Amino acid sequence: MATIRLSVNGKTRSVDTEPERPLLEVLREDLGLTGTKYGCGEGQCGSCTVLLDGKPAVSCVTTVRAAEGRKIVTIEGLAEGGTLHPVQQAFLDEGAVQCGYCTPGMVLQTVALLQNHPKPTDAQIVDGLNGNLCRCADYQRIMAAVRRAAAATGKKG
Amino acid sequence: MSTVNRREFLEMAGAGLLIVATAPLSDAQRGGGSGSLETRLHIGEDGFITVLSGKVEEGQGALTELAMAAAEELRVPLARVRMVMGDTDQTPNDGSTAGSGTTPRTAPLVRRAAATARDLLLAAAGRQFGADAGRLEVRDGAVQHAGKKYGYADLARSPELAAAYKEALPANTVVTPAKDWQRLGKPQVRLDIRELVTGAHRFPSDIVRPGMLYGRVLRAPSYGATLDSVDLSAAQKMSGVTAVRDGGFVGCAAPTTFAARKALATVSATAKWKTAEQPSSDELFGYLKQHAKLQERPQAQDRGSVQKGLAEARTRLKASYQVPYVQHAPMEPRAAVAEWQNGRLTVWTGTSNPASVRQQLAETFGIAQDRVRVLVPHFGGGFGGKHTGEAATEAARFAKEAGRPVSVQWTRVEEFTWAYFRPAALIEIEAGLDAGNAISAWDFTNYNSGAAALDTPYRIANTRARFVASDSPLRQSSYRVLAATANNFAREAFTDELAEAADKDPLEFRLAHLDNERMRNVLNAAAQRFGWVERRKKRRPGIGVGLACGTEKNSVVATCCEVEVNRTSGALRLLEVVQAFECGAILNPANLRSQVEGCIMMGVGPALREEILFKDGKLTNARFATYQVPQFHDLPKLDVILLDRKDLESAGAGETPIIAITPAIANAVFDATGKRVHSMPIRASRG
Ligand code: FES
Ligand code: FES
Repeated sequence: MATIRLSVNGKTRSVDTEPERPLLEVLREDLGLTGTKYGCGEGQCGSCTVLLDGKPAVSCVTTVRAAEGRKIVTIEGLAEGGTLHPVQQAFLDEGAVQCGYCTPGMVLQTVALLQNHPKPTDAQIVDGLNGNLCRCADYQRIMAAVRRAAAATGKKG
Repeated sequence: MSTVNRREFLEMAGAGLLIVATAPLSDAQRGGGSGSLETRLHIGEDGFITVLSGKVEEGQGALTELAMAAAEELRVPLARVRMVMGDTDQTPNDGSTAGSGTTPRTAPLVRRAAATARDLLLAAAGRQFGADAGRLEVRDGAVQHAGKKYGYADLARSPELAAAYKEALPANTVVTPAKDWQRLGKPQVRLDIRELVTGAHRFPSDIVRPGMLYGRVLRAPSYGATLDSVDLSAAQKMSGVTAVRDGGFVGCAAPTTFAARKALATVSATAKWKTAEQPSSDELFGYLKQHAKLQERPQAQDRGSVQKGLAEARTRLKASYQVPYVQHAPMEPRAAVAEWQNGRLTVWTGTSNPASVRQQLAETFGIAQDRVRVLVPHFGGGFGGKHTGEAATEAARFAKEAGRPVSVQWTRVEEFTWAYFRPAALIEIEAGLDAGNAISAWDFTNYNSGAAALDTPYRIANTRARFVASDSPLRQSSYRVLAATANNFAREAFTDELAEAADKDPLEFRLAHLDNERMRNVLNAAAQRFGWVERRKKRRPGIGVGLACGTEKNSVVATCCEVEVNRTSGALRLLEVVQAFECGAILNPANLRSQVEGCIMMGVGPALREEILFKDGKLTNARFATYQVPQFHDLPKLDVILLDRKDLESAGAGETPIIAITPAIANAVFDATGKRVHSMPIRASRG
C-alpha cells in the first residue's frame, strides 16, 4: 500500500492503494468517478479513455502510480458549472448516442483530436477515433458530432 | 402491482391519480403483458405525468419513444412526462424487451392509457365549466374555456375522480391517428442524453451501495469442464475477502476489484478440473449436419410440391451456406449489484427481461417472487444478448454470503466466453427455373440457427422452407433479429445465382418475383438513389455492386452497396451503402435513422470479420484484438432512406435493418471477382 496523490479534474485527491492497480479501477472504486468505463481491460476498446496531461490514455492499462503527478481529466471534469464542453454539446445536439456506454471515451478522444487538429478532415477523424469501439455502431452519428464540434470550436477560437 | 408496492410507488411519484390498464389478451399471449390490471400512468398533483413500463432502455430509444407516445395523447410538452421503466416493484410486466416489440405492442398500451387520461380531463373540465366535453380541447396540458383553465394537476386533485377512476381502461378510447400527430413522427433527441454525455448516468456496472464489495467468479478452463476440488483457505485469510463455494459456484468478493482478482488467483491455482471432449470450430458445419434432429418435426412452410417443381424445372441449382457463431459483445459486459435486506433481495442489473430474472432469482434462493426486486437502469447495449441474469445470480450469491451488497462485472473475456452466441447455421438450398426463367421450385433448409425470415418473400409456386434443430456445440440464443440474418444472407445470395442463371439483372429478377408492394418500394427507392441501373453497366476493375432485400417483423428493407476487392491481397473494402427501410408510421425519425445506421454497421462485422473460433472447449479469439468488431475505419459512405407510411401500423426497427447488408456485400463481391460467396464472414478470393 502507498499513498498516492492524484490531480483529477483540477483537484488533488489522495488515495491509499496498491500502486499497481489500474487507474480505471481507482477512479471508479476509490474516487467514485464512474463515468470512465470498463470495456475490455486490455487497451483495446477506448471505453476507459481519460486525458493524462492533455493526451488520451487508456486508464485500464495505466497504473495509478504512472498517473501520479500528472493532470487527469475524466468525463466528469469536462463540463464547467452547468455548461457542457463544446464536444459534449455536439454529441448531444447530434444525438450521437445509443446506449451511451462508449460515449465518455469517445468524447474525451474527440477533445484530444480537436486539440491536435482543430479542423480535422474525415480521414483524420477516422484515424483519431478508430481505437474507440462503439458496439451500437453509431459511427455515422459520432462522425457528424465530431464535425459539428470542430465547427463549433473553430468558430469560437 | 400489489397494494404495498402501490403505496411505495405513490411515495415516489407523489399524490395523484393512477390510470390502470389491462393488456389485451392477445398481447398477453405474445408476452406483451400479464393480462392483469396494471398501473400504467400516474397523473401527479404537480401536473407531471409518470409513465410506467416494464420495458427497458438499452440504447434502442424505448424510453424516449414511450414518453413521446404519452405526450402525444396527453397533449402535453415532453418535459411534463417522466418515465419509470424496468423495475419489477413499480412497473407492469411488459414482457421481454425483444423482438422489436416495444413499438407495436407497448407504445399502443401507453397511448391508450394516455388517451384515457386526456378523455378524463376533458370530461372533468366539461363538468367544471358546465360545457359539452366534446367541444373542449386539451392544449399544453390544460383545457381553457371562457377565461378559465383546468389542467392535469386539477384533475389529479379532484377526489371524486380518484375514487371513481380505479378500474380498467375503457375499450373505446380513441388514439390520435398518425396523420394528426404533433409530437410523434417528429425527430426527437433521446431524453436521457445529457446524463450520457456527462458521464453522470449510472449504468448497472456503475451502481454503488454502502459497504459494497466487488466479486469475481472462478470460471472453468474450458466448456464442459467440472470442478473436482478447490482450496479456499488462502483467500479466506486475506483481509476483507469473502470466498464462496456453493456447489459449482466459486468466487471471491473484496473491497476492490484488484483485491478480488488477487484472492481469486490463489483459489484458481488450487482448482482441479475434469475436462470433457468438445467439438471445435473447424468441424462445426459437419457437426451440425451430423447432429441434425431430423426425427423431430421440423418447422416448415410449404406451398405446392417442391419435388414436382424441381423435377419439372428447366434449370436446377443448388448451394450451401455457412454462418459461424458470433458474439453480441455489448460494450458494457454483464453486470449486477445485489443487496439483501431482511430476507428481501434487490438487484440492479442489465437485462432485457427483468420479470424473468426476478423469477430466476426467486427460484435460485427459494424465496417468493415478491421478495425480489429487479431494477434495470439504462444499460450498455444488449442486441438480444442479455435476456438472462447470470451476473444477477452471482452478485446475489456473494451478497448473501458476505452480508453486504456486492457488485459483479464480467470481464471482456468472460463476456465473450460465457455469454451466449448467435447460433451458427448451415443452410442448404436447391431451386429450379422454369422455361420462362421464373423460379418454380425452392427448397430451403436451415440447420441449427432458427426459423426467423425462413420463408421466401418471392412468388414461387412450389416451396419448402425448413428449420431443422441440431446439437449446438456452444451455448446459443437470441441475437438481434435471430436467424433472419443467416436466412436472408443465404436466400439473397442464392437469388443472385438464380438471376445469373436466368440471365437477368438482379433487381429486375427480384421485382419480377415480388408481389409485396412494400418490398418493391424499398427496393426501388434504394436502387434509384444508388443509381443501380447505370452503375451495373459500368465495369471498373476490382469494384463491384450488389443488392439485397428482405422482410421481417412487419418491416421491409433493401440495400445496395459498392465494394472494392484488392486483386493481389483479396482485401475487401465496403465503399458505399444505400439502404431503404420502411416500418410503417415512423414514431421518432431521429432515433430510427440512428437504429438503421447502427444495424448496418453492426451487420458489417459478421459480414466481413466476426467469427467465434474454438478448439478443445476454449475460445481462441475471446478478445477485441482477435475478434474484430466494426470500427470507424469500416464506415463507408452511408445513405439511409426512411420511408414513412402513415397509413400503416408502426413496427419495431431495431432489428430488420441488419438483414440485407451481408447479402448485398456478398453479391457485390461476386460482381467484382466473378466468384460466388457461400460463407460468412465473406472472404474475397484473390484476383
Ligand atoms: S477498457 Fe480500457 S481500452 Fe477497453
Ligand atoms: S452508443 Fe452503445 S457502445 Fe456506443
